[in-house]
Amino acid sequence: MNKVMSDKKVIALYVLPAFLLLMLLVYIPIVLTGYYGLMKWDGIGSMEFIGLENYRNLIVDSAFWRSARHSLLLAIFSVISLIGYLLVSLVLSGRIKGADLFRKVYLIPMLLSSVAIAQLWMRIYHPTNGVMNRLLTSIGIEQPPLWLADTNIVLYSIFIPIIWQYAGFYILIYYAALRNVPNELVESARIDGASPWQIGYKIKLPLIAGVIKVTIVLAVVGSLKYFDLIWVMTQGGPNGASEVIASYMYKQAFTTYNFGYGSAVGFFLLILCLIITYIIRKLTATKEEVQY
Amino acid sequence: MFKKAFTLLAVLLLMTVFVLAACGDDEADSDSEPDDTGTVDEGTDDVEEDDGDSGEDATEQEDVVINFMHLWPQGSSPDHKRIVDEIIAEFEDMHSHVTVELEILENEQYKDQLQIVSSANQLPDVGMTWAAGFMEPYVRGERFASLEDILDDEFRSSFVGGVREAYEVDGVTYALPLELNIAPVFYNTAIFDEYGLGAPETYDDFLNVVDTLVENGVTPIALGNRERWTGSLWYMYLADRIGGDSALNNAIDRSGSFENAALIEAAEEIQNLVDRDAFIRGFNGLTDQEAKSEFMNENAAMYLIGSWDLPNYTTNEEVDQEFRDSVNFFKFPEVDGGEGNINSWVGGPGVGLFVAEDSDVKEEAKQFVKYFVERWGEQAVVDAGVIPGTQVDTDAVDLPDLFIQVLDELNNANNLTLFADVQMSASVAEVHLDLIQALFGNEVTPEDYAKQHEEALAAEE
Repeated sequence: MNKVMSDKKVIALYVLPAFLLLMLLVYIPIVLTGYYGLMKWDGIGSMEFIGLENYRNLIVDSAFWRSARHSLLLAIFSVISLIGYLLVSLVLSGRIKGADLFRKVYLIPMLLSSVAIAQLWMRIYHPTNGVMNRLLTSIGIEQPPLWLADTNIVLYSIFIPIIWQYAGFYILIYYAALRNVPNELVESARIDGASPWQIGYKIKLPLIAGVIKVTIVLAVVGSLKYFDLIWVMTQGGPNGASEVIASYMYKQAFTTYNFGYGSAVGFFLLILCLIITYIIRKLTATKEEVQY
Repeated sequence: MFKKAFTLLAVLLLMTVFVLAACGDDEADSDSEPDDTGTVDEGTDDVEEDDGDSGEDATEQEDVVINFMHLWPQGSSPDHKRIVDEIIAEFEDMHSHVTVELEILENEQYKDQLQIVSSANQLPDVGMTWAAGFMEPYVRGERFASLEDILDDEFRSSFVGGVREAYEVDGVTYALPLELNIAPVFYNTAIFDEYGLGAPETYDDFLNVVDTLVENGVTPIALGNRERWTGSLWYMYLADRIGGDSALNNAIDRSGSFENAALIEAAEEIQNLVDRDAFIRGFNGLTDQEAKSEFMNENAAMYLIGSWDLPNYTTNEEVDQEFRDSVNFFKFPEVDGGEGNINSWVGGPGVGLFVAEDSDVKEEAKQFVKYFVERWGEQAVVDAGVIPGTQVDTDAVDLPDLFIQVLDELNNANNLTLFADVQMSASVAEVHLDLIQALFGNEVTPEDYAKQHEEALAAEE
């Protein structure tokens, strides 16, 4: 086996198929997007090279920055919600009764498709017949909020299902990581008189720090490029109040035929994600992995 | 060991090939049974009605395939799909060397797909497009073929006035309409009767209807303004009734300004209606579908929508008979002191058929389009409840009364204003639609509303 695997040709042969597919489906389109971003193009006819003008327009486009602010808000909320997921996982991994059941309960929203979740929450938020407003009127609130129509709250109304949707995913990751914490460490800490809080904070968390870093990156990048639920529930409306970068990009490219500009937005989003990932890794970098 | 590695690799490669092939062309696998043309088909060649290419077809014609992309899948539009299939079968029978291959997508996917295949210059030979602003980039990009050569006088005059023109760019026709719609205000007579109301004849009557319903705790108007064009209909009618049919049209075609007093007044009137609680709560977050269901569940008394919805109030067996009987429509009332006429309608053509400029089978494709439009006009209204772009003889068809009334209104119409978002170019339409939502949501003043329209329109001049 070792002999085979050290043969460069064989290695190349094994790596090649995945590499080709990845090139074809991911990296080449990225390069093309960058290229289209330099064009004035309606996505249909011929292109015209305009250099960096799309990017110049982007910098002064207030609608874009508004959508970027919404995306960043989503990223912040997602990261904050990670704390909640972590607490739930800590409790679940503490070998309580029914932990397995709860884990499954939390995971189920992840199994639903985004469109189904969106439809479900649109029903919940329905201004007159929705569960939410029915509940509020039954306890005496006469003018319950218009969850998806009020420009001041629509964004937060959509954040809730998004965060709900991904709860299971992160809880699963944390749970798995916490289960990998060696039992001896927990046992010996307990013998030394550590409280459950101390065990969690001082022993378990440092040991899964690597996983936490990864989830922060996942949550931030996932939020920045988030699209589906928002598109189905409001299409970025009313009047751009729930627009995010990805939906703005889509509208530019496909609704208003500014394919070049849409590509520039997409490419900018990619760069933004790369930079933010880099910053997060720098900020959370520790000198060495904690080991006990 | 080597052998094993290579076997694995071979399997992997094979899988890759399959994946790629599956992504590649889906034409190959949808090939219907090959044309095993025997002597029988040779015979039918004579019956072929061929305009133009009479050269070689008496002998052997090369088999051609017309790729046709449409947006009426079995699931959501079974009647449409059935008529399409019938027309295709007839056409294939008449032209034995032609096979029509279908690709069917839902509305939104269809729009995306059309743009994507167009950017790769791989449009289907025949496909569907929307009028004016939607198709203009395709025409400017030289993707659609001119259809002037199949428009002989008789064919040309078979369209309802002004409808084919919506598919013209610089005076050349690039697509032919299949659908035509006007937007009446549908209302629930049962609710109206309960409060002693009749169909309003003037705008003041209308306001009275709204106020009476509100006082009695009934939602006057179902509106799903998440889609935004739905709200645009209300604005367009008010603009028309206050400023006459030219006010909005002139602002859009730049022979006038959007900062016209009538257009601002219409915007004020919208906010007046909103303040009177005329529209359903939360309309800016509701889809048209949700609004429609409020109307159909008799939770709202009025609903302004295109005549494409007529089957729901007439022939659709899935809708409660009692409800269908209680639905009627009225024309948007005239505003006191306004310049508009009650017989001026907001509406316009829906989809039309185009032929791709780069098609290899342009001649056959054009013949197909012509045949399709003619046959569609004969069948659509009776079998699918679609008002076609071609004239319908209301005496000759057996239709529910409501249908006949709408068709008659169409014949009496003295003006048809094309939906604003269709008239405008795509990016201005986007500005308009967002402003509509802002106007209804009281987030913009009528003056700013007009000003921002004017800026967007002027920027494109």
